[in-house]
Amino acid sequence: MSLHSTEISSVKAAKAAEAEKGKDRFMIIHNGRLFALSLATLSVLFVLQFALSDYLVLALTRILIMSIFAMGYNMLMGYTGLLSLGHAMFFGFGLYAAGLSSYYFGTSLPVSFVIAIATSLVFSFIIGLLALRTEGVSFMIVTLMFAQAAYLATLYFSKITGGDQGLTLPTDARSFSLLGANFDMTSDVVRFNLAFGIFAVVLIFFFFVTQGPLGRLFTAVRENEPRTQMLGFDTYRVRLAAFTLSGTVCGLAGALYALMFGYIGSAFAGFHYSIEALLFTLVGGPGTLLGPLLGTGIMTMLIDRLSGITTAYLIIIGIILIVVNMWFPKGILGTIRERWVPWLK
Amino acid sequence: MAEVTLLETRGLARHFDGLKAVDGVDFTLNVGEIRAIIGPNGAGKSTFVSLLSGRIPPSAGQVFFDGKDVTNLPAFKRVRLGIAYTFQITNIYPSLTVLENIEIAVQNRLKPSLFGGASEAQIQSEAALAAQAVGLGDRIGDTAGNLAYGHQRLLEVAMGLGLEPKLLILDEPTQGLSDAEIKNFIEVVKRVNEAATVLIIEHNMDVVLALADRITVLERGRLLAEGTPDEIVENVAVQAAYLGEPA
Amino acid sequence: MDIAPYLLLATLEGLVQASVLMLTALGLSLVFGVMRVVNVAHGEFFMVGALIAWACGVYIPGPPAVGFVIGLVVAPLFVGGLAWFADWAVLKRINYNPEGTIVSTIGMLYIIQQFALLTFGPDARAVDAPFYYTIRTPWFGYSSYKLFIIVIALALVAGLWFMLRRSKVGLLMRATQFDKETAQNFGIPVDKVYSAVFAIGAMLAAIGGVLVVPNQQAHYLMGTDPLLLSFVVVIVGGLGSIPGTIAAAVLIGLSDGLLSVFFSPTLAKIVSTLLVAIVLVFKPQGLFSGKGARA
Repeated sequence: MSLHSTEISSVKAAKAAEAEKGKDRFMIIHNGRLFALSLATLSVLFVLQFALSDYLVLALTRILIMSIFAMGYNMLMGYTGLLSLGHAMFFGFGLYAAGLSSYYFGTSLPVSFVIAIATSLVFSFIIGLLALRTEGVSFMIVTLMFAQAAYLATLYFSKITGGDQGLTLPTDARSFSLLGANFDMTSDVVRFNLAFGIFAVVLIFFFFVTQGPLGRLFTAVRENEPRTQMLGFDTYRVRLAAFTLSGTVCGLAGALYALMFGYIGSAFAGFHYSIEALLFTLVGGPGTLLGPLLGTGIMTMLIDRLSGITTAYLIIIGIILIVVNMWFPKGILGTIRERWVPWLK
Repeated sequence: MAEVTLLETRGLARHFDGLKAVDGVDFTLNVGEIRAIIGPNGAGKSTFVSLLSGRIPPSAGQVFFDGKDVTNLPAFKRVRLGIAYTFQITNIYPSLTVLENIEIAVQNRLKPSLFGGASEAQIQSEAALAAQAVGLGDRIGDTAGNLAYGHQRLLEVAMGLGLEPKLLILDEPTQGLSDAEIKNFIEVVKRVNEAATVLIIEHNMDVVLALADRITVLERGRLLAEGTPDEIVENVAVQAAYLGEPA
Repeated sequence: MDIAPYLLLATLEGLVQASVLMLTALGLSLVFGVMRVVNVAHGEFFMVGALIAWACGVYIPGPPAVGFVIGLVVAPLFVGGLAWFADWAVLKRINYNPEGTIVSTIGMLYIIQQFALLTFGPDARAVDAPFYYTIRTPWFGYSSYKLFIIVIALALVAGLWFMLRRSKVGLLMRATQFDKETAQNFGIPVDKVYSAVFAIGAMLAAIGGVLVVPNQQAHYLMGTDPLLLSFVVVIVGGLGSIPGTIAAAVLIGLSDGLLSVFFSPTLAKIVSTLLVAIVLVFKPQGLFSGKGARA
C-alpha cells in the first residue's frame, strides 16, 4: 500500500490523461460487449420469423410483449431491488387505457398507444409516491393490495370494462395507417414486426438507462440505500424514478397487448400476471438486461407445453418459484454473470 | 492566514429517551484545519458528528455550515453543500467494484442532476484518481466486499474524496487497522487536508497528535476542553476525564 | 319499512363472519408475530380445511354431526402436518428471509390450490350442517349452527390465549418473538418453535375452513377471500398483537357483513384492500416497518 505523491500542478494533467484513457476503456470494454450482445440478440430474434412456423411466430410475438412487461418489472425489482407484487396493475392500466380509448372513443391505434403510455406514467408516479413510503415486506403487501383493488375495480365497473368476459375491439380498430403505410393487426407478420420494433426500442433504451448514471443510482439504492443518501442523493426520488419508469414500461406492454390482439379483460390485471412478471424476471436473472427476455421465453414455452398436458400446470409455476428462490435467486443470467461474465448486467 | 469559520454549532443537543447524548454544544471549526474530537466512550462523539452530517435530527440547537443554517436540511442536501461523512462501521457497496463504489460519489459532484453534467468517462476517470489518492489505484477492478478490512477503510475515504467535500468527517477511521496501515492512513489524511477541512473522531492518541491542529474534548455530551495538542495534553480536567488512564 | 330486522341479521351474519375471520387472522398474526414472516399460502390452509371437512361429511356414514366432528379433528391435523412439512422443506432452507418467504409461499399457494383442483375437481361442494335447530327471532329464524361457530371460535381463542400466556410452550414462543438470538443463547430450540408456530397458524386457518363449510360451499379457489380479509385484520389490528387482531376481526367482520348487505361485495373488498394499503402507507410505524422487514 504505497502512496504516489503527486504535485498539485501535475494533478490536472493526470486528470486529463485519465479522462482520455477512461473514455476509451469505457466505450470499448465497460459497455460495448453487452451492447453487441443486445444487438446480436435482436438480429437473431428478427431472423427467427423466417425460420419458425406460424404458430411459433405468434408465440414469439407474445413473448416479446411479455418480455417488455418483465423488463419493466426488472427495472424496479432487479436493478433497484424493490420487489413489487402488483405490477399487473400497470400492465392492466395500459391495457385498459389503450383498449377503452380505442373502444369507446374510436381513437386510432397509435393515438391510443400514446394515451396509454402517458396515463400509465401519471398513474405509476402517483402509486409510487404512496407505495414508496414503505419498504421491504410492507412494500410488497402495499403493491399487492393496490393491485388487488385495481383488479376488483375492473370487475366492479364491468359495465364499462366488460369485466371477466372482457371486450373485443371492433374490426375498424384492428388496423391503422401511419406515414402512408398500412398496418393490419390481424396479420401475424405485421404484428410480429411491430412487436419486435417496439421491443428493440425498449431494449436499447433500457441499455442506456441501466448502463448509465441513472442505472448506477438504481444499483446504489439496491446495494446500500443509507450509504447512497450519505453520498448526497435523495434516494426516495431515485426509487420514485425507478418505480415510474417501471410502471410506465409495464403499461406500454399492456397497451401493446390490447391493441395487437384486440382484446381486453380483467384477467390481465389479476394477481397471476403480477406473479408472471416476477417469475419471468427471477428465472432469467434479476438485474440483467437480457434476463427478462430469456426468462419469459423459457417460461412461456414451458407453460404452453404444460397447459396442453394438464389444467393444473400452475403447480409447476409454484414449484419453479420455490426452487428458483431457494437455489438460484440470481436466475440464469445472474448466475452466469456471477461465475463467468461480470459485464452481463 | 485569516481564520474563516466553516462550521458552527449553537446549543446543539440530542436526547435519546432522557439520555442526553449531546447536551448543548457550541462548537466552531475553521477552514483548512484538521480537528480531532476525543473523549471517553459514550461521550457523544459519534452522535455529535451524526448531527453535523444530518444522519439524525437534533433535539435542540442549530448547525451552520459555510454561513448557512443547515439545521433543517436532510443529510443528502448537506452532502451536496460539501459535508462528507465516512462511517464508523465500514459502509460500502460490497458487491460492486472499487471503481463503481467511488463513481457513485463522483457522480454526485460532477452530475448532480440527471440531465447535463459530466460524461461517464469523466466520472470514471475522476473516480480512478480518487482511488489512486488513497493507494487503491491498482485495485479498482476488485469487488469491494473482497478487499481486506484496511483497504475497505481506504475505500471509504476514497468515496469521501470523490465528493471533493469542503469538510470530511471521519468517524474512528483507524479502528481495526494495523500499525503500517495507520501510518499510511495518516499520510492520506494529510494529503486530503490540502483541499479539505478534516474533522476526525479518534481513539488512538498517536494518530490524533500526528494529525490534529486542534483538539476538542467531549465528555458526557458536553464540551470539556478545546485547544492545541500541547494544551490538551497539559489540561488537568482532560487528564482526569480521559487521559488519566494511560491511553 | 322497518330497518331493525335487517340490522339484526347483518349484525348476526357479521359476528359469524368475524368469528371465522378471528381464527384465520390469528393464525396469520401468530406466524408474523413470532417468525416475522408473511404466509401468503395461509388462505390455502383454510381451503384445505374446508375440503377435508366436506370429504368427512360425505364419506363418513352416520349423522352429519359425526362427519363434522371427525373433520374438526382431522382437518387441522392434516393441515398442521402439511405446514410442518412446508416449513421444513422450504422456509427453514431459505432461513426465513422475509421477502424470500413471501415468494416461496406464493409458490405454495399455487401448488396447494392446484393439488386441490386435481383431487377434488373444480366444482363447489356443499356440506350439511351438523345440526339444524333454528332459533326464532321476532322477524326470522336463525341457524343455531351459526351461533355455535361463534361459541367455538371464542373457546379456541381463549384456549390460544391461555396457551400463550400460561403454558411453557407459550413462554418459549414469546421469548422467541421477543428476541430470537437471545432465545437461542438461552437454549430455546428456536427451530422447533418456528415449525410449531407455523403449524399452529395453519391449523387455526384449517379450523376456520371446517367451520365455514356448512354455510359456504367448499371450492379450490375459496382461499383468496380469507387471505385478503386476514391481511386486513392483521394489519389494521397491529401485526402480531393478539388483542388487536381480535378487535380488528370483530370490526372488519361486522363492517364487511354490513357493507355486503347494503353494497356490492366487490365494493366492500375494494374498500378493505385500499384500507390495508393506506394503513401501511400512512402508519409505517405499524409493526411491518420494524427491524429486519427489509431484506
